[in-house]
Amino acid sequence: MHDKEKDLFEAFTKKRLSRRELMDRTAKLGIGAAAAHSLLGLASTNAMAADFDWKANKGKTIRLLLNKHPYADAMIADIESFKTLTGMNVTYDVFPEDVYFDKVVAALSSKSDQYDAFMTGAYQTWTYGPAGWIEDLKPYIESADKTNPNYRWDDVLPGLRASTAWNGVPGAALGSADAKQWCIPWGYEMNSLTYNKKMFDKLGMKPPNNMAELMDGAAKFQKDAGGPYGVGVRGSRSWATIHPGFLSAYTNFGQKDFTVTDGKLKAAMNTKESKAFHADWVKMIQDSGPKNWSTYTWYQVGTDLGAGASGMIYDADILGYFMNGGDNKEAGSLGFHAFAPNPAAKAPTPNVWIWSLAMSSFGKQKDATWAFMQWASSVEHGMFGARKMDFVNPVRASVAADGEWRTKINKSYPGYIDQLDASAPGAKIYFTAQPLFSDLTTEWASTLQQMVSKEIPVDEGLDKLAASTDQQLKDAGLG
Amino acid sequence: MSTLAETAPPRRKGSSPAFRRALPYLLSMPALLVCVAVLVPFVTAVYYSMLRYRLNLPSMKGFIWFGNYIGFLGDSEFWNTVYVSLAYTVLTVVVELLLGLGIALLLRKQSRINNFISIMLLLPLMTAPAIAALMWKLMTNPNFGVLSYLVSLVGLSDFRWASSPTTALFTVVLVDTWVYTPFIMILLLAGLRSLPPQPFEAAALDGVPTSFVFFRITLPMLTPYIITAVLFRLLDSIQQFDIIYAMTQGGPGNRLMVFQVESYLQFFQYTNVGKSAAMLMILWAITYFLSNVFIKNWLKLRERARGHA
Repeated sequence: MHDKEKDLFEAFTKKRLSRRELMDRTAKLGIGAAAAHSLLGLASTNAMAADFDWKANKGKTIRLLLNKHPYADAMIADIESFKTLTGMNVTYDVFPEDVYFDKVVAALSSKSDQYDAFMTGAYQTWTYGPAGWIEDLKPYIESADKTNPNYRWDDVLPGLRASTAWNGVPGAALGSADAKQWCIPWGYEMNSLTYNKKMFDKLGMKPPNNMAELMDGAAKFQKDAGGPYGVGVRGSRSWATIHPGFLSAYTNFGQKDFTVTDGKLKAAMNTKESKAFHADWVKMIQDSGPKNWSTYTWYQVGTDLGAGASGMIYDADILGYFMNGGDNKEAGSLGFHAFAPNPAAKAPTPNVWIWSLAMSSFGKQKDATWAFMQWASSVEHGMFGARKMDFVNPVRASVAADGEWRTKINKSYPGYIDQLDASAPGAKIYFTAQPLFSDLTTEWASTLQQMVSKEIPVDEGLDKLAASTDQQLKDAGLG
Repeated sequence: MSTLAETAPPRRKGSSPAFRRALPYLLSMPALLVCVAVLVPFVTAVYYSMLRYRLNLPSMKGFIWFGNYIGFLGDSEFWNTVYVSLAYTVLTVVVELLLGLGIALLLRKQSRINNFISIMLLLPLMTAPAIAALMWKLMTNPNFGVLSYLVSLVGLSDFRWASSPTTALFTVVLVDTWVYTPFIMILLLAGLRSLPPQPFEAAALDGVPTSFVFFRITLPMLTPYIITAVLFRLLDSIQQFDIIYAMTQGGPGNRLMVFQVESYLQFFQYTNVGKSAAMLMILWAITYFLSNVFIKNWLKLRERARGHA
């Protein structure tokens, strides 16, 4: 590689050159897009290496457990930069989401040192943390020796930093002063509406602005569109059914999963307002949801929208983003809409899912693992992923504000950035942090299935659910 | 004595008295190792089933004897699991036995075409149950599934297969039947083809009706094979996991919450080791009891066949 070309990209990373100037000069030098990619990655790596001893763990190999996801793809695409930067090697196993979390539990519960770091959701750390399976990352973040001075932890969105930190006390607020940082946010999704703009325009419809409009709009779409159903939401017998659109809307109506009094938790799903909301949600699915809703996961909700089999989804914004690209039938036809279901609410309250990186307590090379985690959550890698790959939504304010990324998204995904900006201020985890998250939320989903299939009336179902939840909390010493 | 001494095998060179004394123990060592390998996990599971033990609540860990089991007695969800597991087992075994026996009778005669058909019918058995479940999940998809389309032709346009509580059990039994009927068929076919021809020839000479031959000659002679096939399927069915989990995860609601799915969720998703182990111990007890009943009956039949009262 010629020095002239290297110097050009280094000047850009040191902000001595604008992007426009860089593009002009690369064109003059006859550098192709692929070569420009690798030169930029190399220049970013060199820039990172300037202020910190990245070679401290040279020669070590760390092993990762990854979920099959565009975030993992972005990291793998940029992994050579990390290897060059540190002299370390990285190996990884990638599993599809259906089996991924079971694989994590199997590895961690057996105290295996097979993996040093892994992808996790924030909710899962409420199990892994108290079990002693993962490391508190606060000491690492705060260590001047172990952490790159340019890491800029405070650049990570505050809501996400708080949502991934918990002190382990059931019912305690996330992100409290005594909280442990169980994982590092990597990419996140908020729950909003994605709708088929092309079909909506054809039918003269506008995206809904509240729950009543959502129900009516979904029913009207189903009636008039001649084939596709109205609205896609998840419905499988899993906690994953509760956390996307459902909890976002539930929260918007001021409802909570639990109340906490003197450190004791009590179920709060059977209030009058909650029952009214559940009744609406159930009716919406019965009238305008997918026929086999009770088997619907992220994949089915997304692919139906991408294939033109549904009019809209109330789910992860990034799911709509992925469906608007690639070789999906409806790529380019989708619109994005920030959604506040409660007419009295001032703004959306999207519950978030945060794909994060956690460090196994059983790994034998924690410093090397931390070096990887810093790099993977750095501004530089975040910028690479956002600009060049599908690493959305960025967890860092600096990346989210990056002009190039925003221009790219605005061009190919009109309305997405507006949705992001409107939803982000109210976006956080709205679940109450407690160790029975998985069982109690799965039972909630199971009850929802029974209501939708008319096995049990809404009021009775929620009273039963609350009684069962309270009993389980009591048995576990939490209620 | 002298005779004995003369016929005694010559002592092998180099085998010391100590070695000869240790030889029986050394020879039984593999069997002992197998016993240990079986017993250690079993005893561990028994121990865990007597603990209050959630991996994410380590402070609560404690020995509670039969607390988990007693807890199940008053738990309606547990009784639902017992009911669903038994219903699933009975339905699958009965349907598969009737179909397997019927197909085996049809293919009884040795011929090229029958051999070819029996090989073709074995294909589902070579499919991993989880893959079969996913395949059926696609075929029963209301939007694009070929089976949904076929049933719509006979007026069932809103048939929801595994998504509906009223048809979920039927759907998974259907998948199980598709996968495992060939297993029963091939066992019974082997049994039928190995039956002695003389009784059938005699019956044919006497002009005995076909139904009489089947109920009075074929079926009694085939019973040991039937018991073997049913026992294998019973043990498999009551421990069913892949098909149900891949298709519905035990839903809708708790409609298909069988033992294996429940204990899997208890461990892998809820990290409740104690409850998961207790659930599996109960499953083991049920399986052990059913196996015993079948094996005792099978032994009685064998004795009767040998002419013992």
